[in-house]
Amino acid sequence: MVRCKTIIAHLSEYMDGDTSVEMRQKIERHLRGCQRCNAVYDSTRKMLVITGDELVFEVPDGFGDRLHSFVDSMLASSESH
Amino acid sequence: MQKAVETEAETELIQRFLAGEREVFHDLIRPYERMYYRQAYSILRNQEDAEEAVQQAMIGIFTHLSQLTERDKFKQWGLRIVQNKAKMIWKRRRQNLYESIDEGSSDGSGEMTSYPKQYADWRELPSEAAEKREVREAVRMAIAELPEIYREVFMLRDVQQLNLAETIEVLGLNESVVKTRLHRARIMLRESLSPIFAKPERSVWERWKGMNPWFAARR
Repeated sequence: MVRCKTIIAHLSEYMDGDTSVEMRQKIERHLRGCQRCNAVYDSTRKMLVITGDELVFEVPDGFGDRLHSFVDSMLASSESH
Repeated sequence: MQKAVETEAETELIQRFLAGEREVFHDLIRPYERMYYRQAYSILRNQEDAEEAVQQAMIGIFTHLSQLTERDKFKQWGLRIVQNKAKMIWKRRRQNLYESIDEGSSDGSGEMTSYPKQYADWRELPSEAAEKREVREAVRMAIAELPEIYREVFMLRDVQQLNLAETIEVLGLNESVVKTRLHRARIMLRESLSPIFAKPERSVWERWKGMNPWFAARR
């Protein structure tokens, strides 16, 4: 039986599909039987759904407009040189 | 497939820009500008500075684009410039604020916990969670509190959704360092967000029923 510590140490790789087949099977077997590790895995997964949401780091209104008018003035001043 | 087509179109835009069609610069940065802002904001934590960093990065990209040898890596290269400009502004601000404070302990590696302490199940919330303002704020705060070396990896991988290879290229670190930092960042962040998202053991209603003599008498 793999220890909880080993599972947690490989959790991130496992979530990214970056473990060996053997390790993946060990992890999956462990997660089925260990409520604590399963809770850690499940909440990490939920967390990543939230942090991956575009809304978390909102881009302010008008940002694109301000940026492109800055670019316009940058282009204009580079041409005059 | 789609990605290859996009990269090809982008390489062509770079070619046209370098051939003197300066105005295609707008089209070149458009797919990434929101990413630039988020990356700068994660370092500077305020809108005005983040916008300034992105503008300065535009000058950097504009001036040095001819030196970009791997033209299919414009995305990573541009983000790296934004990242560097934001860090420069951050340093300048900090110097102004606290001239003499030692920042030696800021990498946080010494306090790394090897095993999580919070085990509570999280509520079923991801899909609508980010629509709540307090959730967004809590997540931003928790990310901001990560030591910088973990935060930058986490931002690129799990907020900006870059793949591992792209993240490695933006940061100029080796693969095992990126993987280790990402892992630690995820564990730390999950730990710090757990108290907010954990399922309450019993609902407020259940607890009230338990305390209320009328309900208690009816059991």
